[in-house]
Amino acid sequence: MSAASAAPSTTESRSLETWSRRREWISYGRRNPTLVAGLSIITVIVVFGLLAPFIIDQDATRTTAFSKDLSPSLDHPLGTDSFGRDMLALIIVGTPQTVKIGLIAGFMALIIGSALGFIQGFYRGPIGTSVRGITDITLTIPALLILITVASQVRQVTVESMAIIIALLAWPGTTRAIGSQVLSMRERAFVPIARFNGMSGPEIIFKELMPNMLPYLGASFVAAVSTAILFAIGLEVLGLGPQTTNTLGMTIYWSQLHSAVIRGLWWWWLSPMVVIVLLFIGLFLISHGLDELANPRLRRRV
Amino acid sequence: MSLGYLLRRVGMFLLVVWVAASINFVIPRLARGDPIQAQFAQLETLGIRTSGMDQVVAAYKNRLGLDRPMVEQYFSYLWNVARFDFGPSITYFPADIGRLIVQRLPWTIGLLTASTIIAFIVGNLLGALLGWPGSSRWVKWLVPVLMPLSAIPYYLLGLILIFTFAFTFKLFPLGGAYSTGAKIELAPAFTLDILYHSILPALSIVLSVTGFWMLGMRGMMVTNMGEDYMIMAEAKGLSPLRIFLRYAMRNAMLPQVTGLALTFGGIIAGSVLVEVIFDYPGMGWILWRAIRNTDYFLIQGIVFVLVVSVALAMLVLDLIYPFVDRRIVYVRR
Repeated sequence: MSAASAAPSTTESRSLETWSRRREWISYGRRNPTLVAGLSIITVIVVFGLLAPFIIDQDATRTTAFSKDLSPSLDHPLGTDSFGRDMLALIIVGTPQTVKIGLIAGFMALIIGSALGFIQGFYRGPIGTSVRGITDITLTIPALLILITVASQVRQVTVESMAIIIALLAWPGTTRAIGSQVLSMRERAFVPIARFNGMSGPEIIFKELMPNMLPYLGASFVAAVSTAILFAIGLEVLGLGPQTTNTLGMTIYWSQLHSAVIRGLWWWWLSPMVVIVLLFIGLFLISHGLDELANPRLRRRV
Repeated sequence: MSLGYLLRRVGMFLLVVWVAASINFVIPRLARGDPIQAQFAQLETLGIRTSGMDQVVAAYKNRLGLDRPMVEQYFSYLWNVARFDFGPSITYFPADIGRLIVQRLPWTIGLLTASTIIAFIVGNLLGALLGWPGSSRWVKWLVPVLMPLSAIPYYLLGLILIFTFAFTFKLFPLGGAYSTGAKIELAPAFTLDILYHSILPALSIVLSVTGFWMLGMRGMMVTNMGEDYMIMAEAKGLSPLRIFLRYAMRNAMLPQVTGLALTFGGIIAGSVLVEVIFDYPGMGWILWRAIRNTDYFLIQGIVFVLVVSVALAMLVLDLIYPFVDRRIVYVRR
């Protein structure tokens, strides 16, 4: 690759370069089908969500827009619910909202979690020990239960405020994963060498450890997003979600409240569920694929 | 096991309980100034009014002593919590919250213990078979079948199970823990009725947790295969079954037991939702009612008891672990 970029930038060499790079990507993708499958599922869902405002009529998600409890037909491919809303429109509007909660909370949890993880793994002495203590205690307390306490106090939650509340409790998993990686990495030769060269602690973390940790950070982010969505849907099913936003979890909550399962209105709960399951499977595959990328030893084993 | 380890582990448990109790104390006071007034104002706007509301307010005013200094309130709160005294419930006034919880707890513990143990055993067996070179080919098919299931939250799996087996094929009841009108007694018929009702909720937990154990066990088996004692066992001419159970699986199992403690919190949180879906009369069921009626003190009590149960289960597992794995010696770092 370095030889190709050093060569004069004739059109021929450039096309050769992009071609070989593309081939590299494809051949890696062939070796890591898990990652490719996960990325494709998530891409389809996200594109679906981004296109939402252009393909559907917002009025279709208003109550009493149509007749109640219609089974799937040509007019309503996924039927309508007991409020007379079109299910397909509801799913298209709800998916990006659920993804948004996951992304905001996942990103915040990654920042908090990896900051604490680096501190916990890198620093010995009182700082590292106290951070490790806090993480251990937080890991012991089931986050969803504390979220229930918090969310029941903040009655009118929005998508954004819910994401922030979730982020405050979704970080310990990230901290543990990053912390143990850093712990093993700080014993490698390049860390003492950097120290002899006069680098400070934060400098070593940002310039030496961070670049080596990128795949792990990626996998942790995906895991955090998936945890956040899991928590969000859990809260929503319990009735602690954003009451006025049609997220996927809220759709399941309403269907549950109106006993959709035992009334045989399968399209009401099954449609959001299929999207949720696809989201989880996609995220799960990506994080497994990234693990494989980060840890080549796994490759031989699987 | 050294005394130091025991003390440190019990200390950790007490710390967790104290943190959970303090969170319960701080959060309502952070959100609003007066937890009682705010609570009842909210109930009024929602149109929920129990008869004798003034009585409830008076009982709570007296109990929380909001005119006293904060530190004093905190210590009297901790003292109450230590005795599992959470005061009366708003929804079920004057029923005692502690008593309401004690009535519900056995259902949750029963359902959870049974399904966790089943999932642990089945998952570890399947995982061990997956990592064993001599096992048949069809075992490999379990991975693509069980992996997606472990990516689905239990309660959503529960919906599919109800719809398929209870609503469509009418093989199982739609919900509840026993038939309506059944006499609650210690008779074989009633026990069978309870088991019959618990199959679907338990299955929804088992199906999604099994895959998790399976993958962990497979990894452990593969790393165990190269160990010297495996070659030794083979050289001694032991039967493959004996090598599989006593040498490979026994050693691979050990880290899984530690994993059990770590996953407990997640399992309990998920089972709360399973109970909501199946209308199963445990902790999740009463929590759902408490949330619907904004019975904040009941929510607090339930959450606290669940947190303590998880911490206690982890403590017990951690204390048992050194007996299970004799190789482990706890030393001060």
